[in-house]
Amino acid sequence: MAYVPNPPAVIEEMVRSIGMNKVQDLFADIPDAVRMHSDLNLGEGIPEMTLRKQLFALASKNMTVEQMPSFLGAGAYDHYIPAVVEHVLSRSEFYTAYTPYQPEISQGILQAIFEYQTMICRLTEMEVSNASLYDGGSALAEACHVACDVTGRSRIILPDTVHPHYCRVLQTYAMGGQMKIIRTASRDGTAHPDAIMPLLDDDLAAVVIQHPNFFGNLEEHIDIIGEAIHKRKGLLVMVVDPVSLGILKPPGALGADLVVGEGQALGIPLSFGGPYLGFMAAAGAYMRKIPGRLVGLTQDLDGRRAFVLTLQAREQHIRRAKAGSNICSNQALCTLAAAVYLTVIGPQGLKDIATRSHALAVYARKQVEKAGCNPLYDRPFFREFAIRLKDPREANRRLLEQKIIGGYPLDGAMLLAFTEKRTIDEIDRLVATLGGCCHG
Amino acid sequence: MGKMIFEKSVPGARAFSLPVSEVEPEQVFQTIPEKLLRKHLPALPEISEVETIRHFTALSRQAYGVDTGFYPLGSCTMKYNPKINEWAARLPGFTALHPLQHEETVQGALQLMYELDCMLREITGMDRMTLQPAAGAHGELTGAMIIRAYHREKGDHSRNIMLVPDSSHGTNPATANMLGFRVVEIRSNERGLTDIQDLRDHLGPEVAGLMLTNPNTLGLFEEDIVKIADMVHGNGGLLYYDGANANAIIGMARPGDMGFDIVHLNLHKTFATPHGSGGPGSGPVGVKAFLEEFLPVPLVEKNADAFHLNYDRPKSIGRVHTFYGNFGVLVKAYAYLKTLGARGIREVCENAVLNANYVRQHLRDVYDIPYDRPCKHEFVLSARRQKLESGVTALDIAKRIMDFGYHPPTIYFPLIIEEAMMIEPTETETREQLDAFIHSMRMIAEEAKNQPDAVKRAPECTPIRRVDEVKAARKPVLKWDEKPEAIA
Repeated sequence: MAYVPNPPAVIEEMVRSIGMNKVQDLFADIPDAVRMHSDLNLGEGIPEMTLRKQLFALASKNMTVEQMPSFLGAGAYDHYIPAVVEHVLSRSEFYTAYTPYQPEISQGILQAIFEYQTMICRLTEMEVSNASLYDGGSALAEACHVACDVTGRSRIILPDTVHPHYCRVLQTYAMGGQMKIIRTASRDGTAHPDAIMPLLDDDLAAVVIQHPNFFGNLEEHIDIIGEAIHKRKGLLVMVVDPVSLGILKPPGALGADLVVGEGQALGIPLSFGGPYLGFMAAAGAYMRKIPGRLVGLTQDLDGRRAFVLTLQAREQHIRRAKAGSNICSNQALCTLAAAVYLTVIGPQGLKDIATRSHALAVYARKQVEKAGCNPLYDRPFFREFAIRLKDPREANRRLLEQKIIGGYPLDGAMLLAFTEKRTIDEIDRLVATLGGCCHG
Repeated sequence: MGKMIFEKSVPGARAFSLPVSEVEPEQVFQTIPEKLLRKHLPALPEISEVETIRHFTALSRQAYGVDTGFYPLGSCTMKYNPKINEWAARLPGFTALHPLQHEETVQGALQLMYELDCMLREITGMDRMTLQPAAGAHGELTGAMIIRAYHREKGDHSRNIMLVPDSSHGTNPATANMLGFRVVEIRSNERGLTDIQDLRDHLGPEVAGLMLTNPNTLGLFEEDIVKIADMVHGNGGLLYYDGANANAIIGMARPGDMGFDIVHLNLHKTFATPHGSGGPGSGPVGVKAFLEEFLPVPLVEKNADAFHLNYDRPKSIGRVHTFYGNFGVLVKAYAYLKTLGARGIREVCENAVLNANYVRQHLRDVYDIPYDRPCKHEFVLSARRQKLESGVTALDIAKRIMDFGYHPPTIYFPLIIEEAMMIEPTETETREQLDAFIHSMRMIAEEAKNQPDAVKRAPECTPIRRVDEVKAARKPVLKWDEKPEAIA
């Protein structure tokens, strides 16, 4: 079954109508030496009925966060997704469409992306948002490229409070040699100015600050660090969690020049790590430097409001070898999810979700301390914090026996995340097992 | 257009509420320093559920998908997206998985990735794949990184040139540039293929590799591919396969057998996963055994009966994605390949090529075809005749075809063809659809002769007319403000 709609007799007629005897004649230009003379070793295709059974069986081999409460975060979060989001996303006018390069028949998509860009700008209080990048990690790498490009410099200061996977992606992107990554150690779980200040020099392109950081801690000295960066004419690149912006001061008010992050928490399923949503927002000055698609507002010939992909001279299909990034396909459908999600929950809903997640984390922290576990850091946090554990993997094994998905194992610690979906009962069960592990 | 979502906002309207709190009090100022707190709520819309649904439903009706109609968009392979694959990707057993769960709890997901890897190896003739890249260009980037890593590992630091044909996709040179390569273009010859002499002239000790699409962007098979591979390899370089056009050869020929060292595939083109209005896609990369050690971490491996993620790969280029790539897209491609089987794959290829040649054959007397011979999955028309005769351009024709209810072809690409219109019907179209499209294209050719102004005015049947792109770019308005202003 190949979803080929023409029956064999029609195919034959078509072949004849183009003056050929058989379909194979159309492949005469493929040299015999590289032509396949037998079928691929992939077996027979299976009918839909069988496939459905097989896929269901395969999916059932997994244990999901719907079957067990999960306290895993570390860059992907189990927030509630309203039914409206999935409903809108299942409209095939959206999901079977190509990139809206033809504005006359793509206004709906363009407007949705424009609304998404606006929402990201309002969340971050930045002036420009692009139409998405692949994920949080690649968005950070792209932002650092932009920083090097606009400053004409090469040094990127990268504290180890930034998500280790993001750091790894950034280092991989840097292998061309145009970026020099300088890692700095954290102090007490934060990117401390004392560790960063001495490294600022005249080749500084950017300092990266994640806030809340990888350990869930809030960075309290962004203003001081930002000022010092700007004195050196470098950029402040911030990695933020969009849900936290329901209660935390937006990066635009903290002096950020470029803001990136993972938008998965905005109505996108965990889905084993993707598809997710890399977002990027920037100060207006960098509008013509940021990568990816941008939707702009304009008019049609009759003066009606219209949207169009704009500033395309930045992009690979126009600029080729001189483009700042090679990105083409992005995560458009995920921007639609985020736009619908933010519309459904609204400003108060975002604040409520952020507040509830935080309050549950605060509750859990009190409970684990009561149970005799020590927090790894004694700092303000958002919805994630780490506790000391000699053997976090063993603790997770014991939690799994209790039908609980534990936290993310760190070196001698465990990072625990809390969303509005968690309940007191689930947290108490978590603590009951963890308490035993802290002492054992 | 209708109103913006922000214009529909009614203060106090809600479509969402949380269950009553079990913890109290919820007062963030007790636990978060005041200077870090947000002073005002973000200005998101406040809208009821019913109005939210109506808003986005209205927007969907101003979108054009494969499910709406014929989409002969060259180089993009806009084939039908089977619905069982959508069902599969939405199974909670796949969507409700955290990427950092213990391996024991995600065996089904790892098995799917492992088996997809194996199927793609067989289809491409490569030895190992990574499923991490999130799009074709991301796959290219990964491939270019592997090329860098390979030469470095050999201690060869002089190879700083990447060759690309003048007909290449923009992503090829842009990718090479991101890795710090200097890009050199190779000419196409009078048959629309890579000019062997020009390639020979440009090969040298500084050349890291050649990025090639086969069939190329003219829809023509690079007949000298074996010779090209020998030349590049003989010079110490690597040969990279841009899989954008893989629909033309799957089941019929394999890049691995042609001598390619690295291959990327676009699951959202060749393997029927939907384009999602521009993404998410997926761009797995396959390599020959001698490059396997450079693939990104982690790779899915099978030990006895269990699947696991192998991070212990010291020569790996690293990660290119925060987790494992666009897993949800992988599920759809997996389901698709299971449905097809070996024979289905061949059928896809045969019918994609047949449909392209059918349309080409029935348009070649009314439009110029610069390289007029049997094509693979797509072909390139030129509107130069129309432009010369009546000033009607490829852009005008593309706009006019929308009035007939079609998505336009890709235009002005490849760059080496004047007034290019690149047509790729794919295998999932009926003869009736193709005939109707051919008829419309012939009518437009007629119009271009007799009433060119009608074509230049087009489109007229779409929700809006042509837009002012100059205005959009000169004074960019990239977000909604109650009084929109351009960013200075």
